[in-house]
Amino acid sequence: MKAELEKRLVTGPDGVEFEVDPLRDYYCDALPEVQRPAYLRIVEDLFNWARAESIWILGFGTGCGAIEMRPLMTPRFDAYRYGIQWRPTPRQANLFVISGYLSVKTLKRVIRSYEQMQNPKYVVGLGSCTLNGGMYFDSYNTIKRLDQYLPVDLYITGCMPRPEALLAGFLELKKLIRAGKAEGANQYAANFAWYKANQKQVIHDWDMPDYNW
Amino acid sequence: MSFDWMRIPWSLVTLFIVFNYGLLLNALIAKIAARVGRRHGIPLWQNYVDLIKNYGQRTTISHGVHFYLGPVFRLTGGIGLLLFVPTLYGSAYFANLSFAGDLILALYFVFFGTLGMALGAGESGHPYAALGVSRGLSQVTAAELPFALAVFAVALQYQTLSVTEIVAAQQGGIHHWTLFTNPLAVAAAMLSFLGSMMRPPFDLVLAPQEIPIGPPTEYHSSYLALLQTNRAIFPIAKVVIYMNLFFGGATNWPVFFLKVFLITMVSVVVGVVSPRFRVEQSIRWFLIWAVPIGILAILWV
Repeated sequence: MKAELEKRLVTGPDGVEFEVDPLRDYYCDALPEVQRPAYLRIVEDLFNWARAESIWILGFGTGCGAIEMRPLMTPRFDAYRYGIQWRPTPRQANLFVISGYLSVKTLKRVIRSYEQMQNPKYVVGLGSCTLNGGMYFDSYNTIKRLDQYLPVDLYITGCMPRPEALLAGFLELKKLIRAGKAEGANQYAANFAWYKANQKQVIHDWDMPDYNW
Repeated sequence: MSFDWMRIPWSLVTLFIVFNYGLLLNALIAKIAARVGRRHGIPLWQNYVDLIKNYGQRTTISHGVHFYLGPVFRLTGGIGLLLFVPTLYGSAYFANLSFAGDLILALYFVFFGTLGMALGAGESGHPYAALGVSRGLSQVTAAELPFALAVFAVALQYQTLSVTEIVAAQQGGIHHWTLFTNPLAVAAAMLSFLGSMMRPPFDLVLAPQEIPIGPPTEYHSSYLALLQTNRAIFPIAKVVIYMNLFFGGATNWPVFFLKVFLITMVSVVVGVVSPRFRVEQSIRWFLIWAVPIGILAILWV
């Protein structure tokens, strides 16, 4: 635990002393819950259609694969045609693209960002590194299988996959969402203890609450 | 005092038409900006889908009471602005809730949503939100000055504070518009218009690549959907005021759509070819270029 995260007394500018507990003040530590779909089937179908046609990607490049996402915004590939947009904040994003290798240090940030996203949320593993470690299979500080740490809806394989492959993957993800099969957030909530144990196994300097949103 | 209760359903009809027009217009603006960048851009119906999706998100979290109220105030500002000025001049149905002296109220409503949003974004506790709010309030204050001066000039010119009477005075031909009877006021107001439409070069409040994404950083799900709803209504409501004060108002819906589209295009066309001002640059720009024109406009009258 880092010193700045410990509970301590702080004197304000007006001389009033108050207690600061960063882990409790800055984060909410209530655990995630499995969220039921809408009661009416037709309403849930409408929402699933809207979710599929409006995919907001969290603009967070974790590895070298992030370079393949940039061309998607340019005139040549233009993913905006398919309702795919980039949002700068995890609160508003639905889709987390893990772009390539994921070092343990980045995994910590990825978990924090993922948990801030709102249900339903989707994870796409991009490149071979998220499947089996890829060319980093024997590295000491990258994770090898992404789905042990986060619920992955779809993998786009290759090293690196071209932007066309990404577009094809996103269109495939749309089909999953529309069919109601992309329930990663609920899967994460249901198997929370298992995911957390796996995460804590690789992240040794765990200095955040178990669930931070 | 008698009140015609039929005004309320007709106001709701106005709101419905403006809301849909605003969503389509926003998509069209995004498409125009995309075409300038040689992209195809989003489909025209994309804003509807985004809205349904955001209302359909399963979880929301709150940072407190003002966090709730921020989007509500923002939407109140947009709807209030729209409903207290006459949308169509001379129409018994679409004069909405306008009354004598509504110009002052409209000026107040332009600022209302910004202040509400400042409270809400402040409570979200995100540093980027606070940064966006401080930038936004300073820029809006600077941009409001020339607009207020222009409005005073127009009110002095027509000797009234009622939007309906100002529109009435401009009827009877294009040369009766304030645009030609008091060009200085219109120039000052249009410069202020650029600053209040959240488009480049004055978009540093949201600054998507820089302070992602300013005040609404923490807003998500249905909060964000409320803000998006307001995003469709508020710019149109503001343009309606400009149209009524300076461009002769509108007497039917086709003219309304055309005039709102053309006035909005002023900020879009400037926007797509402009880089972004920093906040001190934009304030200086308003004080040096727009405010003197506004003062001259009052002297002209």
